[in-house]
Amino acid sequence: MLGRRHLPRTLTIGSVVVLLIVVLAALGPWITPYATDAFAVRERLQAPSAAHWFGTDEFGRDVFSRVLAGAHYSLLMGFGATGISLLIGVPLGMLAAFHRGWVEELIMRGVDLLISIPPVLLGLLILATADPGLFKTIIAVGVVYVPIMTRLARAVSLSLLAEDFVDAARARGDGAVRILWREILPNAWPPIIVETSLRITFAILLGSALSFLGLGPQPPASEWGLMIAESRPFIEEAPWIGLAPGLCLCLLLVMVNIVGEGLRDLLDPRLQGRGHG
Amino acid sequence: MTAYILRRMLSVVAVVWAMTVLVFCIVHLLPGSVAHMILGEFATDDAIRLLEARLGLNDPLATQYWRWFSGLLRGDFGLSLTMERPAGPIILEALGRSAILAGISIVLVATIGIALGIHSAVNKGSPSDHALTLAQYFFIAVPEFFWCILAILLFAAWLGWLPATGYTPLAEGGLLGWGRHLVLPVATLVLGLIAHVSRMVRSSMLEALDSQYVLAARAKGLAERIVLYRHALPNALLPAITVLAVDVGLLIGGIVVVETVFAYPGLGRMLVYAIDNQDLPLMMGGMIVVTCVYALANLAADILYAVLNPRIRYGGAAT
Repeated sequence: MLGRRHLPRTLTIGSVVVLLIVVLAALGPWITPYATDAFAVRERLQAPSAAHWFGTDEFGRDVFSRVLAGAHYSLLMGFGATGISLLIGVPLGMLAAFHRGWVEELIMRGVDLLISIPPVLLGLLILATADPGLFKTIIAVGVVYVPIMTRLARAVSLSLLAEDFVDAARARGDGAVRILWREILPNAWPPIIVETSLRITFAILLGSALSFLGLGPQPPASEWGLMIAESRPFIEEAPWIGLAPGLCLCLLLVMVNIVGEGLRDLLDPRLQGRGHG
Repeated sequence: MTAYILRRMLSVVAVVWAMTVLVFCIVHLLPGSVAHMILGEFATDDAIRLLEARLGLNDPLATQYWRWFSGLLRGDFGLSLTMERPAGPIILEALGRSAILAGISIVLVATIGIALGIHSAVNKGSPSDHALTLAQYFFIAVPEFFWCILAILLFAAWLGWLPATGYTPLAEGGLLGWGRHLVLPVATLVLGLIAHVSRMVRSSMLEALDSQYVLAARAKGLAERIVLYRHALPNALLPAITVLAVDVGLLIGGIVVVETVFAYPGLGRMLVYAIDNQDLPLMMGGMIVVTCVYALANLAADILYAVLNPRIRYGGAAT
């Protein structure tokens, strides 16, 4: 266990690196040294050099430019999908906590079903019959993590609903929406933020795995998982084509994970070292 | 206890049934005709009509569902569209091969993960604990497919010690030929999961070591070994059962990726193949089988947990 004294430091480093990646990803398409789809047959499969930092791929495209231009896919999948699971899961969870009875029963049985399907399988199922694309992958990953958010939001709301200030609001004659929005949500956010920040790592992982399997953005997009999948025939000849996006993906994932765990330790020390799956 | 187990078994049946409805709905209710999806966008109208008639796609959805579902109950998964033979045996064969990967992996994850977790907790604050904690951060976050690429690069391409892809049946290649194809897939599957399990065991072991009963055991003057393994460990291992059940879900996801990379002919690769080729009976059957396996793994974990935990007596209380 890292001492509390050290935690803000890892959190700072992680946040700075993630922020840097976000800025690079946002600028990415405009600051690439080469066009990402510029074929240069005579320069194919070149090793990393001063001219091509990460080398070139089988079409002579500059790998560094492609990695840079592809950064936004992973971020969109991580943050977008987590955003979707928040937007759907939290209201559902709060609703289930507020309307005990058939509403809760309906929502929670749905959650039980979705949670009993392994994440990658659920992603495959949602994407199985759709034409693949970035937004469908984001939605699929988002749906996969809805049940976790719903369960969490319900558990937090249930304990908050027993508090006196909720009774006071009821006595004032406030309606369900107003109570949930004004009384419950502002008090429920710390555990939800913690779960969200941890979830982003898994959303990026799942999104890039689905892309790797061909169920994400389609060529010539330079999504990192897709780039790694496409590099497989050239792994021996030109390992940099797959290693470059792979190492970038690892850096992003490790840093996002550090930020998530740092936030958890900061906001909820009781949960330190506890699991997520 | 019996009532609890029965109720859990019933919920497994309910989950698998609900999954059949979900899979069927996703395949049949999404925009675009099924025949179109199978034949591609350039199919002629005649070809589509022919296929629709062959698959009975013009019947009411309820009839189609019942035909498929009652088939499943009899063990009939329909005819694979691309391979023109019954999907059932194909799925079963693939399941067997995946079960080998999964079985070896889960045993390795449980033993190595738990051992490392105990080691970290007992030697809390030591250099090896710090090193393990750092490694866990790293291994939990790195995706399997990246390990696959690295493993192929290092052990197959550069060192040439192990085959990069493929599978040799035990009967053909003997133990060595068969095992050589398993090393890299299993190794890449377990890395992240070992990190996950060892982390959980470390924290629950630390919690146990911090408890009153361990203090009491030490105060009685019991040997440290007995305190660790008789008093702290059994309590620390209970949460590990739940973690392992969750990890079976992650393992299934990992298997899909790893089998695809290493061209290992298991259920995961079959599913990806079925999706790529829109082989719907194969895909739907595969999904149901995987859901069954996962539900049964969770059932086993819950029962084991209830049996091992004397504090929990499942009466009427919900879980």
